[in-house]
Amino acid sequence: MSEIAFLLNGDPVVLTDLAPTITLLDWLRETRGLTGTKEGCNEGDCGACTVMVTGNDGARALNACILLLPQLHGKAVRTVEGIAGPDGALHPVQREMIDHHGSQCGFCTPGFIVSMAVAHLNGRTDHNDQLAGNLCRCTGYAPIIRASEAAATQPVPDWMEEDANKVATVLTGDIPPAGGDDQTFLPETIADLAAWYLDHPDATLIGGATDVGLWVTKQLRELRPVAFLNRIDEMRRIDITDDGVRIGAGATLSQLHAAMGDLHPSLAEMIRRYGSVQVRNAATVGGNIANGSPIGDSPPALIALGATLHLRRGDTLRAMPLEAFFLSYGKQDRQPGEFVEAVSFPRQPDRLRCYKLSKRFDQDISAVCGAFNITVDDGSVTAARIAFGGMAGTPKRASAVEAAITGQPWTADTIDAAWDAWAQDFTPLSDMRASADYRMETARNMLMRYFLDSIGGVTSVLEVHP
Amino acid sequence: MSVTKPLPHDAALLHVTGQARYIDDIPVPAGSLSLAFGLSETAHGRIVSVDLETVRTAQGVVDVFSAADLPFANDVSPSIHDEPLLATDTVHYIGQPIFCVVATSHLAARKAVRLAQVEIEALPAILTIDEALAADSRFESGPVVWGKGEVEAALADALHVIEDSIEIGGQEHFYLEGQSALALPQEGGDMVVHSSSQHPTEIQHKVAEALGTPMHAVRVEVRRMGGGFGGKESQGNALAVACAVAARRTGRACKMRYDRDDDMIVTGKRHDFRIAYRAGFDGDGRLLAVDFTQYARCGWAQDLSLPVADRAMLHADNAYHLPNVRITSHRLKTNTQSATAFRGFGGPQGMVGIERVMDHVAHVLGVDPLEVRVRNFYAPAPVERLGGAAPSPLGLGPMAPPMATPRRYLGTKDASGLDPDLDVASRGAVGELAPGEAVPAHDGVQTTPYGMEVTDFVLHEIVQELVEASDYRARRDAVAAWNAANPLLKKGIALTPVKFGISFTLSHLNQAGALVHVYQDGSIHMNHGGTEMGQGLFQKVAQVAAARFGVGLEAVKITATDTGKVPNTSATAASSGSDLNGMAVKAACDTIRGRMAEHIAGLHQAQAADVVFEESQVRVGGESYSFAEAAQLCYLGRVSLSATGFYKTPDISWDRLKGQGRPFYYFAYGAAATEVVIDTLTGENRILRCDILHDAGASLNPALDIGQVEGGYVQGAGWLTTEELVWDNRGALRTHAPSTYKIPACSDRPEVFNVALWQPGRNREETIYRSKAVGEPPLMLGISALMALSHAVSACGDAYPALDAPATAERVLRAAMRVGGAA
Repeated sequence: MSEIAFLLNGDPVVLTDLAPTITLLDWLRETRGLTGTKEGCNEGDCGACTVMVTGNDGARALNACILLLPQLHGKAVRTVEGIAGPDGALHPVQREMIDHHGSQCGFCTPGFIVSMAVAHLNGRTDHNDQLAGNLCRCTGYAPIIRASEAAATQPVPDWMEEDANKVATVLTGDIPPAGGDDQTFLPETIADLAAWYLDHPDATLIGGATDVGLWVTKQLRELRPVAFLNRIDEMRRIDITDDGVRIGAGATLSQLHAAMGDLHPSLAEMIRRYGSVQVRNAATVGGNIANGSPIGDSPPALIALGATLHLRRGDTLRAMPLEAFFLSYGKQDRQPGEFVEAVSFPRQPDRLRCYKLSKRFDQDISAVCGAFNITVDDGSVTAARIAFGGMAGTPKRASAVEAAITGQPWTADTIDAAWDAWAQDFTPLSDMRASADYRMETARNMLMRYFLDSIGGVTSVLEVHP
Repeated sequence: MSVTKPLPHDAALLHVTGQARYIDDIPVPAGSLSLAFGLSETAHGRIVSVDLETVRTAQGVVDVFSAADLPFANDVSPSIHDEPLLATDTVHYIGQPIFCVVATSHLAARKAVRLAQVEIEALPAILTIDEALAADSRFESGPVVWGKGEVEAALADALHVIEDSIEIGGQEHFYLEGQSALALPQEGGDMVVHSSSQHPTEIQHKVAEALGTPMHAVRVEVRRMGGGFGGKESQGNALAVACAVAARRTGRACKMRYDRDDDMIVTGKRHDFRIAYRAGFDGDGRLLAVDFTQYARCGWAQDLSLPVADRAMLHADNAYHLPNVRITSHRLKTNTQSATAFRGFGGPQGMVGIERVMDHVAHVLGVDPLEVRVRNFYAPAPVERLGGAAPSPLGLGPMAPPMATPRRYLGTKDASGLDPDLDVASRGAVGELAPGEAVPAHDGVQTTPYGMEVTDFVLHEIVQELVEASDYRARRDAVAAWNAANPLLKKGIALTPVKFGISFTLSHLNQAGALVHVYQDGSIHMNHGGTEMGQGLFQKVAQVAAARFGVGLEAVKITATDTGKVPNTSATAASSGSDLNGMAVKAACDTIRGRMAEHIAGLHQAQAADVVFEESQVRVGGESYSFAEAAQLCYLGRVSLSATGFYKTPDISWDRLKGQGRPFYYFAYGAAATEVVIDTLTGENRILRCDILHDAGASLNPALDIGQVEGGYVQGAGWLTTEELVWDNRGALRTHAPSTYKIPACSDRPEVFNVALWQPGRNREETIYRSKAVGEPPLMLGISALMALSHAVSACGDAYPALDAPATAERVLRAAMRVGGAA
């Protein structure tokens, strides 16, 4: 790759001859001497390294530890050192964190400050969710939330708006053409990616790097060649028509979260819990499908919605039911040089419920993720699509259960009668997240929860408030 | 006066702007190197061969060393020299360091480590409590048994007897800043070490041993830690020693930090326990006898496990008077990480045991567990004892008398006595030193199972206030009504007390030093032996210093803990930081103030006692000087403006072998009421509300103390709910990163969270400004969450929930099914 350019705390930076797998965090700390941004876990789970990244679509919080420098091309980065004003004036979130005793050991604090400043800039007051990706071991969070609430009513400082202005004007005019080379490629169109990937079928495609980033930081892998997909605008679109919803593979989970709020709110809520703000801002729908994880949360939901997967190899397009893509653990129906371009599903009345079981509600990988989409007409089940993560080596439909309830009256007896069908569909494993017995038991119980939900009533502890 | 003010943390401005420096942020000299350990992947085995050739030739590698390359001590143990820095011929757990790579960068070192070819012949591994018991694999020769009364006879006479056991999981510290150290080689072989450590003297001691130098050749500095929680009392030794050795070998600055996964795989955690109990009680739920058997899984090396297990025994009563009690403690040795100090230091586990008994008794009798708890409380403190002596105008009574009984702590061998290899500054030395002497209790005063009088018991008042403030009784009724109406989601509520003993149980550690300078411009340099890990110790102690001189806090410079300034420090642990160091700093300040007063009085033909230090002025007669002018006057008058201060806790005396005496200077108290909801289809659960009333004595800084209470509660509740450590059958820790080990996140704190300090709080002992220690006690307020979950589960049927910890969704579901008769 020839050059990448971005703004760092308002100042332009141009880097050349970079290895593609240097993380922003290492570069900030080791090369730039900006040590305010901390490494807490090096895997995107603690938020101590949170930075603000502004593109033409606004300002987002991201984890610098799994953010690779080429992903920043054409963006503006603001670290904790850039949150106070040029004259040293404190940002409201900084002042309130001091006044509300929001820091104790202080190590997580820079990450919190940046997350809070981004939320403040974006006018977000859902503090629990905005800060779900920032772990604090000292305070118990209460004073941090008090600080967030106190800052929320104060105006955004001028300097926090500058990145958006500069990215929109100065930076886009100045940045050198990124283009690419044999080893690192930053395509801007799907066609360019398709052609290049055909020639480099062993390349690693990087969407948001929330998974691949760990190959770098934990497995210490050298990745070459690589292509970064975040500049392909046409692949990041979510198109909603009267007929269906088509989600580009590069769309982030944050985009999907926003798009699903009205159509399928249960899916939106599941995505909220799927990962923190920082993770959702980076992770892509295509990545969550293409990596073939048996515990990825979006495939079960999309399968339950009857999704179709769209693959592309060169100029050849291929479509299949999403569930057919997952052949076995670690193996997907994808040819060399072929990539996930989009996933789509038909518009339909919202009957979808997504049940995510994990040790912690927020920012945790599912032990079991069940998605239920059951149509009941005149008291009988006329159609059922049920899919699970965490119950098999792949995301998998509960075909036997679907068959057992379809055509039956929608009653608790029908659900009880389907008991044996579950064992035909699933033989889950035990691991550190849950035992096989627990997975089986709760998968069965989720159908009962769906039933109880369908006849009204409170079915989730998250709906209960003191 | 600056004490009692709710001032922010001293470094808050540095925290929020990213300027606060941690070890890895310290600018290093050119050519500095980074270290990484190669770790055992076998739980127990004989090292057959270690081929490091490809490691040596890897990019960026400067040096590689193993045990055989160490010139002096190969030991990082804080107790009995059973923990080599690098494995010799045998490995004892998955994660044990075998060799060390020194490279030009952190990443280069990590990459090179993975190139090693290590062959290990596996030996049978002991992983669980049951396996250790079967193999009689333990520390010390057999179980430790303490108690009082006639347990078997009282059990035989009791109307009701219950018998059961509870599993209590361990806990990863998850300090946000991982372990780290930086060694800077000096002229003449000296070494300066920056360490993220709660115990700089221990670091100094271990580094000196490893370098074959006296301690005077090693200076350790700790400005701050990014969290400690006990995990940096002994676990930083390995990194500091490795860096010092590497710096000596290469002549270059050497730095080491564990990647998070390595940190969790290598270092010790809170001990997991099984506690079996037999309890006999009357029809009102009054306990007549309790027989506890505590099984602690200590891991492979002794570390601090003996005093941890001791403290679990010392908190087996929590707030309850047990007339007949026996506590048997097994300290089991397993091929897992060496379990270590963690906030509460065994106390929380012991306390969970008795709270479980209370919960179980109440279930048998069908009454509110709170009634059973209160009925078993110790007697209220006598009123005259609570008040204590009236404070002097300067806030303190006369100096405490010296210890009543002089005792030998060292040297039982011969007249010269001392064993220079003993790690006397470590809590781990407890098994190696002569026991202290027990002080007999007075007749008619209730005593703990270890014979200590309980004379400051304020939980009757605290619980009564909390019952009212939290509207506990009405809410308990509302919970019952909810549970009757909701088949799917069940609520529970529980109010539990905490009584926590304050002092190191190794009595001689209850000492502290300070060094204070007043400069000629009136600015004050303050230093003491305590370390700052986020708890706000530095600010609290600075408030003391400012108060003593009558100046503003801006006049006091807080400086890094430094073994070259204050020697022979105890770990900042056991909640003792403010109690010990506050008093030591006060003593130093008072020495200087006394000299200043004498000099200035002399200038005015007045008495020193008439000189007043307040509002940044020094007043005598009708004259008034600014503090800076006074300092300059004293300098011109050739008055020493520098002093050390020293403090030792009075009146404590403890015979560990007998399990008798007064190990604690006083008790800290608190209570919490927690309400939860569970899902009976999945076991998912949430804390809805928590109300806390906590006794911090006369708080030095209410804001910082409330921060300790809030944070301690959430950490304690996390321990008992979502934080689950899972090892596989090879002995590998499967939960070694935040992706798999789940500490509470923002939304896990109670949605309604009312935390207050108990306003009448005032330490009856002569602690610094009558405050109380507040670091550890609030963690145990989190036990109320476990007991509330038990209450919710009990709504699923008739059987007792017998809920183990951590009460993950899976355990809650299993318990709910069992209670409901489904499993």
